[in-house]
Amino acid sequence: MGKTLFDKIWDKHVVAIVTDGPTQLYIDRLYCHEVTSPQAFQGMRNRNLRFLRPERTICIPDHNIPTLNQDKPIKDPVSRNQVETLTKNANDFGITLFGLGHKKNGVIHVVGPETGLTLPGMTIVCGDSHTSTHGAMGAVAFGIGTSEVEMVMASQCILQAKPKRMRMTIDGKLGAGVSAKDMALYVIAKMTTGGATGYFVEYAGEAVRALSMEGRLTLCNLSIEMGARGGMIAPDETTVKYIQGRDYAPKGNAWDEAVAYWNTLKTDDDAIFDKEIKLNAADIEPMVTYGTNPGMGMGITQSIPMMDNIDESGRISYQKSLDYMDFKPGEKMLGKKIDYVFLGSCTNGRIEDFRAFAGFVKGKKKAEDVVAWLVPGSWAVEAQCREEGLVDILNAAGFELRQPGCSACLAMNEDKIPAGKYAVSTSNRNFEGRQGPGARTILAGPLVAAAAAVTGRITDPRV
Amino acid sequence: MEKFITLTSTIVPLPIENVDTDQIIPARFLKATSREGFGDNLFRDWRFDGNNQPIKDFVLNNPTYNGTILVAGKNFGSGSSREHAAWAVAGYGFKVVVSSFFADIFKNNSLNNGLLPVVVSERFLADIFAAVKANPAATLTVNLEEQTITNNADGAIEKFQINAYKRNCLLQGYDDIDFLLSNKAKIEAWEKTNK
Repeated sequence: MGKTLFDKIWDKHVVAIVTDGPTQLYIDRLYCHEVTSPQAFQGMRNRNLRFLRPERTICIPDHNIPTLNQDKPIKDPVSRNQVETLTKNANDFGITLFGLGHKKNGVIHVVGPETGLTLPGMTIVCGDSHTSTHGAMGAVAFGIGTSEVEMVMASQCILQAKPKRMRMTIDGKLGAGVSAKDMALYVIAKMTTGGATGYFVEYAGEAVRALSMEGRLTLCNLSIEMGARGGMIAPDETTVKYIQGRDYAPKGNAWDEAVAYWNTLKTDDDAIFDKEIKLNAADIEPMVTYGTNPGMGMGITQSIPMMDNIDESGRISYQKSLDYMDFKPGEKMLGKKIDYVFLGSCTNGRIEDFRAFAGFVKGKKKAEDVVAWLVPGSWAVEAQCREEGLVDILNAAGFELRQPGCSACLAMNEDKIPAGKYAVSTSNRNFEGRQGPGARTILAGPLVAAAAAVTGRITDPRV
Repeated sequence: MEKFITLTSTIVPLPIENVDTDQIIPARFLKATSREGFGDNLFRDWRFDGNNQPIKDFVLNNPTYNGTILVAGKNFGSGSSREHAAWAVAGYGFKVVVSSFFADIFKNNSLNNGLLPVVVSERFLADIFAAVKANPAATLTVNLEEQTITNNADGAIEKFQINAYKRNCLLQGYDDIDFLLSNKAKIEAWEKTNK
């Protein structure tokens, strides 16, 4: 019987299988940020251990860093301490660091793929659930806890139960004004926030193939929001073209050998998945969320579900969620007033997202009562925005670019949405308080965010 | 890690579904560089209002309910991979979390910190919530060796699943890193064949 793409990569990395227990899996790449690594580094010190393979780890501070005045010391002493601790830890253990001010600094899940540190066929982990992003390059990538980060530091291995395999086939074509983010929010709404728990998802089909690399990264990024262990897409010409010439990509003969290997990384025709889901891209319209988990999303022209349509065991939670948002069952989202717009994060902080946003607002003006935070995912994205003239377009429309980082996605720095305010956010989570205590998040793609930024209301970008 | 064998306790009920790790421990409390102290901010924004005053009707502020077993609605621990969520639940003093469904990463993180996630059927979960509603002094017994959970209000018993390796780690207080490093020869052998 044939193998799935996931099995090919996973099986190749098996070092040992514990009887009646997990698999000991070799890890090719560990990314560390400042929030989920300090206790792991401390654990290494307490045990008097060194990294088994220090060259396989990269440290990048991104969660806490300010998006203005990065050349000045971080104001919040606790954030500053965490960022400085990462620098010290990287230096003490001899690990590569793209620190604050480094030209390769940015959000880990943006920097990894764009530098060629993430490559097809790799196993990749990070103490961050959105590590699933890297699966878009044809890697097995998943988020882990801090104890597991320490395991990888010490042994370059992790103990994991092998997940089940799911294939999500999305055929057909996306309509105009519908993006990879809409595709992902549509998938999560169908699956619910826990519907893919226990599975590793391979995205396939005509609509997935047609996505750019940036779009694929967005789609895989959100796999965790339906509970999946990870998401991935088989490498193809789009992938190879994206990687070629990047700083850490293989060069010369090594490049040819790598491409030949990557070409074998696809699911065999007779491989069997534990679960198959088939969707049609033509059914997807621009999406918005109305509740407090990413599964609570709907097409922008739809109405918020009535209580009768909610399972009985979920009604307390549903009511709590709508109360938090101050929305009512049956209401339309279109036309609702909003206060903030956030473009950025590991979900939508890439060049294509800034092109889409700038393309929409070109020749228009930001609504006066909207505060817009536009945060590139990395310094490379920022530079490209300048080169392509996007910054001039944005400035003319009343927008300014901030400096790279995770920013308002989880509001660990100063970029917090005030209590009670509505934010249309291109990030990944609309949990209560995610963007600041009491903040109300409406997840959407870059075009819906752009339309909201110029009208001050939830607006269909297609009309 | 502390050894875990069997536990009988009263229950803290949280009948909310999809409790995400941002609720368990909000991001602004993740800035510490040690593992200690996260219990103080467990469910921070449900427990305290904007002026840091306890919110009376939240279960952790209700003196009627206490114990070392947290019972929560399905899909507990979804969202972020932050192990701080497991540290917060354990740091507050819980030894066991019971739900009909857990998010994967939270489950792994709990097991790595001696906090036992117990998966029960939807029916069994509903019966626990009913029992504790009828009598806040109702107890559960969790036996890791037998892999059973007993609702002492009605005597109902369910078996729960846990992989044998993890069960052994918890029973013995073992640690994964010791195990992995004992396999160093295998790691190096793998590297040689996969250059």
